Amino acid sequence: MGVKLLLEKANVPGIRTYDVYRREGGYATAEKALKEMTIESIVEEVKKSGLRGRGGAGFPAGMKWSFIAKPEGVPRHLVCNADESEPGTFKDRYLMEFLPHLLLEGLLISSFALGSNDTYIYIRGEYAWVADILEEAIVEATKNGWLGKNILGTGFDCMIHVHRGAGAYICGEETALIESLEGKRGNPRIKPPFPAIQGLWMRPTVVNNVETLAAVVPIIKMGGDEYAKIGVGRSTGTKLISACGNINKPGVYEIDMTISVEDFIYSDEYCGGIANGKKLKACIPGGSSVPILPANLLLKTAKGETRYMNYESLSDGGFATGSMMGSGGFIILDEDQCIVKNTLTLARFYRHESCGQCSPCREGTGWMEKILQKIESGKGEVSDIDLLWDIQRKIEGNTICPLGDAAAWPVAAAIRHFRDEFEWHIHNRELSQTSNFGLQHYADPIHVPA
Amino acid sequence: MSEQTLFKVTVDNITIEVPAGTTILQAARQIGGAVAPPAMCYYSKLQGSGGKCRTCLVEVSKGSEKDPRPMPKLVASCRTTVMDGMEVKNITSEKVVDARAGIVEFLLLNHPLDCPICDQAGECHLQDLSFEHGKSSTRYEFQRRTFKKHDLGKHIQLHMTRCILCYRCVFTADQLTNKRAHGILDRGDHAEIATHIEKSLDNEFIGNVIDVCPVGALTDKTFRFKNRVWFLKPMDAHRDCPTCSGRVTLWNRGDEVYRVTARKDEWGEIEDTPDGKPGWICNTCRFDKKQTTDWVVEGPREISRHSVIAQGHYAGNIGTTKPTETFAAINDGRSPHLLMDIHSESEVNQPNLHLGENEGPSNGVTFNNNIKNA
Repeated sequence: MGVKLLLEKANVPGIRTYDVYRREGGYATAEKALKEMTIESIVEEVKKSGLRGRGGAGFPAGMKWSFIAKPEGVPRHLVCNADESEPGTFKDRYLMEFLPHLLLEGLLISSFALGSNDTYIYIRGEYAWVADILEEAIVEATKNGWLGKNILGTGFDCMIHVHRGAGAYICGEETALIESLEGKRGNPRIKPPFPAIQGLWMRPTVVNNVETLAAVVPIIKMGGDEYAKIGVGRSTGTKLISACGNINKPGVYEIDMTISVEDFIYSDEYCGGIANGKKLKACIPGGSSVPILPANLLLKTAKGETRYMNYESLSDGGFATGSMMGSGGFIILDEDQCIVKNTLTLARFYRHESCGQCSPCREGTGWMEKILQKIESGKGEVSDIDLLWDIQRKIEGNTICPLGDAAAWPVAAAIRHFRDEFEWHIHNRELSQTSNFGLQHYADPIHVPA
Repeated sequence: MSEQTLFKVTVDNITIEVPAGTTILQAARQIGGAVAPPAMCYYSKLQGSGGKCRTCLVEVSKGSEKDPRPMPKLVASCRTTVMDGMEVKNITSEKVVDARAGIVEFLLLNHPLDCPICDQAGECHLQDLSFEHGKSSTRYEFQRRTFKKHDLGKHIQLHMTRCILCYRCVFTADQLTNKRAHGILDRGDHAEIATHIEKSLDNEFIGNVIDVCPVGALTDKTFRFKNRVWFLKPMDAHRDCPTCSGRVTLWNRGDEVYRVTARKDEWGEIEDTPDGKPGWICNTCRFDKKQTTDWVVEGPREISRHSVIAQGHYAGNIGTTKPTETFAAINDGRSPHLLMDIHSESEVNQPNLHLGENEGPSNGVTFNNNIKNA
């Protein structure tokens, strides 16, 4: 059994309510933080913990906090990014649905550390019932004196507001989220200035993922140094992984980042192996926008070392032979899945979700979808593969926000690792409409030169 | 007045000193020529514009004197301010040239390329951009996105199909009028400029959206299909206007005023008036004053020699001189070869004929006569 910090109490009956959460030791950490610690020491603990942003980019949270500008007389804001829309990712939903008070406690401590009197939870519109749960929890917490004016007599005021999004993936990008929160069209802003200088209503703002803010609670509880001992290297603490796809036990798992990918997929404690006795073909290890990996590169790195479920190991080999930890949406594809179709599905998603502000993403995502549709429906040419490659190359890095990259990477990785499957689709037009390319050599061990 | 801090910035190996806070694009424009990156969405007179079209991407090969690391990605020069000692590569960077060609291809992907019937042709930034930075053909083979024409009142026609979503008109309406009545609806490649409920744009200054539009998406209804811009003579003129500066360019043919626009500088942006404010003009000046008698004409407007609008105009005005040598003098006494009907009349097919002997453009009659005479 791995260490559990966030989901430790998830199975306690009634933990969703304030009374049970408080009885189980909830809000004790917030009390400790507000009464015994200073703002600087909280930030220092988070820095020491090495906690990395759990939203996808993996930027050190303590560092992000220390960037926030502190001009005299200007309010600061903390925004919790609960716009979890990445296909394959559903860890934040689980956390908010079952442990709403854990998030509120984390938000309270973080708001105190950042000096935010008005803290916002920007929640994905589709999570309507989760928003209701959060609002109920806020009412309970306010009634018990954990939110509102003069909390615990410390003179610190904090109110948490839940804001429902309207179902746009792009609003998970922090500046688009801020725009949307201000009531504008959810277009990402051009950076600089970064939100830490001019964010919500042009005030200094920190935007953090739900899981990041919830992880502040165990960090303050056990101390940054203790937290940093869990995990390995720069991947400290625990991470929630939402596993889905062709596995026996889909769900949200908390791992301590020392477990190998193979163990995670096949052990009964976690995914429980591939469903229906099939074989593993490929995996998207961190939510739909990270590069897909074939089975052989997923379990072992190109150097022949075991791949582990942590930031460094998953990205070992760069994009050529590695992927990314991303947001922890772990999608498993078995031997029956068609990579071309899978890539088309992702391309369609990004085309639909592109905000249309900058030209490479607006036009390029639609173009890629059309070409993939053409190949998938058995009308492709071999030159289309090179064209796809060229388009994704021209989108990547040339856009305002990372959505362009997120749209380009899956296509690039699919061509990089599964080019033969694309070619098979093109050369066997009729066959490709009725059957699949299958596993082929994707699970074969990689030849590692001595 | 305190001394302004000057930053040294090098663009394509040309160094210039600019005040702190200047963007790379503005610094490059001060150098001028091919060094200035193209800009489709940036408009210096509109706050907050820029960063969207990505045509002005440049490579920063040295961040600054203090931190000489290069920037990892290409940056939008219109929204990136210079640092002291910054080194920027525009057309000298292969990465930039390649990326820009890609952007042009993306911009043209859903553009109808109906230049032959588009009023903007000749002064279209997208035309210039694709001519200078694009490829000769597209690799796009699918149906292009189209929109129905959208009526924006009696003065402005919206052709959404041509739009490149630069957001300039949105900023214009935000910053010049008290209430913006149009905006972007939808997202992605089906995003469109529209009024939410079909209605006209009526503000006194809304006509300026026509001037800021880089393509033919927003056109002047009083000028639609009346003439091609390169047949018109631009003249600077002014009138005493109670609402705006009244400083305009008249586009004449003969004595007739075909259209009125604001005065634009070499970057296609509105010129400042002498008091330093942008010279936006009002709808009355733009749409209603179409008589030469309404205006005090100052004289012909200088148009860049490279612009198609300059063709045939003001040879004396733009520093060129009429050639004095004849073709014969240049060609060692030989008259120019005629270009018409080259298949039947070329020297390859009719070696016995010398095309230079024809008088005037050749046609079928010339040909037959030549055959007879040969």
